[in-house]
Amino acid sequence: MSRIGVFVCHCGLNIAKTVRVSELAQFAATLPDVVVAKDYKFMCSTPGQEMIANDIKQHKLDRIIVTACSPLMHEQTFRKVLAASGLNQYLLTIVNIREQVSWVTHDIEEGTAKAKALLNGAVYRARLLAPLTSRVIDVNPDVMVIGAGIAGIQAALELANTGKKVYLVEKNSTIGGHMAQFDKTFPTLDCSACILTPKMDSILQHKNITMLTSCEVSEVKGFVGNFDITIRQKARYVDHGKCNACLACTEKCPGKGVSEWDEGLVKRKAIYIPFPQAVPQKPVIDRDSCTFFKKGKCRLCEKVCEQKAIDFDQQDTFIQVKAGAVILATGYDLMDTKPLIQYGYGKYPGVYNALEVERLFNSAGPTGGKVTMRDGREPQAIAVLHCIGSRDKNNSEHCSRVCCMYSLKFAHLFKEKTSADVYQFYIDMRAAGKGYEEFYNRIIGEDVKFIRGKGARVAQSPDEEGRLIVEAEDTITGKFIKVPVDMVVLSPAMVPRADSRDIARLFNLSTDKQGFFMERHPKLAPLSTMSEGIFIAGVCQSPKDIPDTVAQANGAAAEALTIVVKDKMELEATTAMVNPASCCACQNCVRVCPYGAPFFNESKGVSEINEALCKGCGLCASVCPSSAIIARHFTNDQVLAEMEGLMEF
Amino acid sequence: MSQTVTPYLEMSQAIMEAGGEALKKCYQCGTCAGTCPWTPITDFNIRKLVRFGQLGLDGIEDFMWGCSTCKFCVDRCPRGVEIIDVVTAIRNVYSGGGMLPQSLRAFVGSLSARGNPWSGDQAKRNDWAKEKYPLYTKDKEYLFWSCCTVCYDPRNTRLAKATAELLNQSGLSWGLPSVDVNCCGESLKKVGDLELFERLKNNNLDYFKSNGVSKIITVSPHCLASFKKDYGDDYEVLHLSELIARLVKEGKLTPKKDFGGVKVTYHDPCYLGRHSGVYDAPRDVLKSIAGLDFVEMGRNREQSMCCGGGGGGLWMEKLKGERLSDLRIEEALETGASVLATACPYCITMFEDSVRTLNVDDRIKIKDVTELFLESLDVNIEELMAGASDLNFTCKM
Repeated sequence: MSRIGVFVCHCGLNIAKTVRVSELAQFAATLPDVVVAKDYKFMCSTPGQEMIANDIKQHKLDRIIVTACSPLMHEQTFRKVLAASGLNQYLLTIVNIREQVSWVTHDIEEGTAKAKALLNGAVYRARLLAPLTSRVIDVNPDVMVIGAGIAGIQAALELANTGKKVYLVEKNSTIGGHMAQFDKTFPTLDCSACILTPKMDSILQHKNITMLTSCEVSEVKGFVGNFDITIRQKARYVDHGKCNACLACTEKCPGKGVSEWDEGLVKRKAIYIPFPQAVPQKPVIDRDSCTFFKKGKCRLCEKVCEQKAIDFDQQDTFIQVKAGAVILATGYDLMDTKPLIQYGYGKYPGVYNALEVERLFNSAGPTGGKVTMRDGREPQAIAVLHCIGSRDKNNSEHCSRVCCMYSLKFAHLFKEKTSADVYQFYIDMRAAGKGYEEFYNRIIGEDVKFIRGKGARVAQSPDEEGRLIVEAEDTITGKFIKVPVDMVVLSPAMVPRADSRDIARLFNLSTDKQGFFMERHPKLAPLSTMSEGIFIAGVCQSPKDIPDTVAQANGAAAEALTIVVKDKMELEATTAMVNPASCCACQNCVRVCPYGAPFFNESKGVSEINEALCKGCGLCASVCPSSAIIARHFTNDQVLAEMEGLMEF
Repeated sequence: MSQTVTPYLEMSQAIMEAGGEALKKCYQCGTCAGTCPWTPITDFNIRKLVRFGQLGLDGIEDFMWGCSTCKFCVDRCPRGVEIIDVVTAIRNVYSGGGMLPQSLRAFVGSLSARGNPWSGDQAKRNDWAKEKYPLYTKDKEYLFWSCCTVCYDPRNTRLAKATAELLNQSGLSWGLPSVDVNCCGESLKKVGDLELFERLKNNNLDYFKSNGVSKIITVSPHCLASFKKDYGDDYEVLHLSELIARLVKEGKLTPKKDFGGVKVTYHDPCYLGRHSGVYDAPRDVLKSIAGLDFVEMGRNREQSMCCGGGGGGLWMEKLKGERLSDLRIEEALETGASVLATACPYCITMFEDSVRTLNVDDRIKIKDVTELFLESLDVNIEELMAGASDLNFTCKM
């Protein structure tokens, strides 16, 4: 015989509006083993908690049922009340009559009836609950940060400064990310390199940071506190241990590849560093453009290298890294605008995308910071087209958030560097950050022409060679407008990295419709994911500007720290276990588990469950044909009893 | 007109209820009006039409007839607004109150009284065929849906005959509908008369069902799009150009005659291209003809220009300088082609008008892809046409 206390919460009117809460409490009092049943306005408040604690003592309760909101909200709150009152915390049952009842009906009769059914089931199950003991595991103190753009750099530095060891993994041969490609940043017009390169250098110098460039994650094993990650170090064909960064090799190399860093606007050597402030300041060889790899002879770089650092036989290698927590900061790609044939990108040389223009402005870029077009001319008239692929049902439905502001920045820089007329074709001007509206005002004052209408088409001018016509409706006058320009800049959607879904699979993350990583909760857990110990920062979660990215990076660092700051951590006791005597070795459990917790022990011929990976979802138990798997806290007896209770209604 | 307006949300609600639900999604970016072929040459502004619809503003009736339902805006709309549905709904709601333009009254009246838009005698629908071609019966495979325009319009009866002749040459088992059928109703629906459209449609569906029709060949892309979108999924509907392309590919029809370098360009009908996604078939047919020098116009395929004949445009008068078909003829002339081929009776009618009013009918001929293909089979269309002028018809021109 157990002694059950039932506590019905009103949640203000959230529940009380569509469930008759006092009737529910009176009903509870009639159920078997229920010793006390009460309702209260806010059960999670201090008086509410004290009421439960007092009743535990006064009525010698040994099972507590709280009918309230989702267990995601307050299960921990009430477990603590039980623990403080000397009861095992797993003897608590939460019945969710808010999200599952009151919020999904307007009918108080229906709501009350459903709440009674759920409560009846809960009472039946509660009688069979058993006390459980949480497990404690060791925690690896290191953190891995994946992606070394501004988000990854910031997170790595914050963590390293707390004394934690950080592995910073970057797939390119240099760190820096997109921010290192920009010339100026809005709205302050700070020089991007001036604020970023000191941080890049700090990464290189920091004793707590291991920088792994030209590296990609190839396998992830383990669980929160104990990740075991395999990194593929791609062959650079240059031994960075020997290289002294004299760069004599890059001068002599006859190979020509397309400069990814300059968005394909110029060529680079086959052995190269992407840009002058690259970190590490050591070259790599691009196989695809290297004369030796293509034709079997050349090796000029090898001849001029005094350090004997060139190694054409270098192979990809694999590095094993252990970490307690991981931060993903893998950034974004710019949408490919070629399929939008109406804008002529890739067809007319005068049409540029935003990142190409960033490189044109940059003093380390292909034109040395001068705005000259592919044909060498300086443009006399320029159109910047907003929302290309963003806010567009046919492409990316989201607003990319930064384009309005960088398009304004472009207008300013064009005005500063050329004598061109500048037109902005926009739908809505979104300037909702600190200092952004002021920046918009400033640009209006610079005599930029704003046309409120989305650019509809870019065409070759029939009259002048090399001149383009931008067509749109100026929605303010309602006129069809044709603007002759020399240069068109497209501000395309920011989209997830091409391989974002692969990365999501490696780390067991969900992605949203577009492919951006899903956060655990859009408001209250924006940096956590559904995988414990994996955090996200920057544009890999959704488009955002540099200030927001840096803020997220700091936040993700703090979140990761909450895990690795402790030597040990407590894990949920509600996991599954295998009774080896009944296991029939079918391995259904191994196949269905989304967390990889069950594994087959070949020597014993039975399945076993890694409790640290187990989330207690019960999938394995439900597919086990011999009932060898017991889902603790959701045993067959407990679940069947609950169903019986439910079905009495 | 007063510059002060007041939202009239009951009208906006009525538009939504008439099928224009999508208008609430519009965020007025202007992509539609910037894409619309009418914006540069007329006062018609599709974005404004939607805007007036959103607020139910007075004055909407002044410009609701400008749209030719070419679907260019729908394809480009970033919000996925079904703009043609909005236009249709607006016309439905407003034209009920006697707002139908004069030129469309005869059109709707004829459809209501005679089941075709050309004031043709229903009993004479198949007179062009002179009992030379078979009627559809249950043992036939294909119904050749002869559009009203090819049955009654003298220029287009050529196309009807060419098609029938070609089907005979193909060896397929086919037949014509009886005179009991009506217009498919596509343009009528776009003009907003949804009630009459349902009547015509149900009459045609009765014919299909009672005659066991399952495969339909259309000569007009308007019938094609209407059957596919509004007549349900029980029918396999093919445009003639798709059928010819298939027969050529299978080696069942082979062009014989060499055209000797005749330069031909092709105009994508909106209802074949953007509405039905058929771009390659007519081109494949043209390219199969020996000695035919095929050239594209600057705007082609998905970006093709509209002739202005859709959405009721065929029956409405347009001022000189406001005709899309004139602009399209100029584009065709720029290519140096001596033949402008197309695959739609409406386009043919619009272009024939334009070459005459522009006085260029000696420089460029308007032909259907089917007509050209039949010529390549060495069939003399003129012989087929002998006696065609006996037909009793009343229509525009």
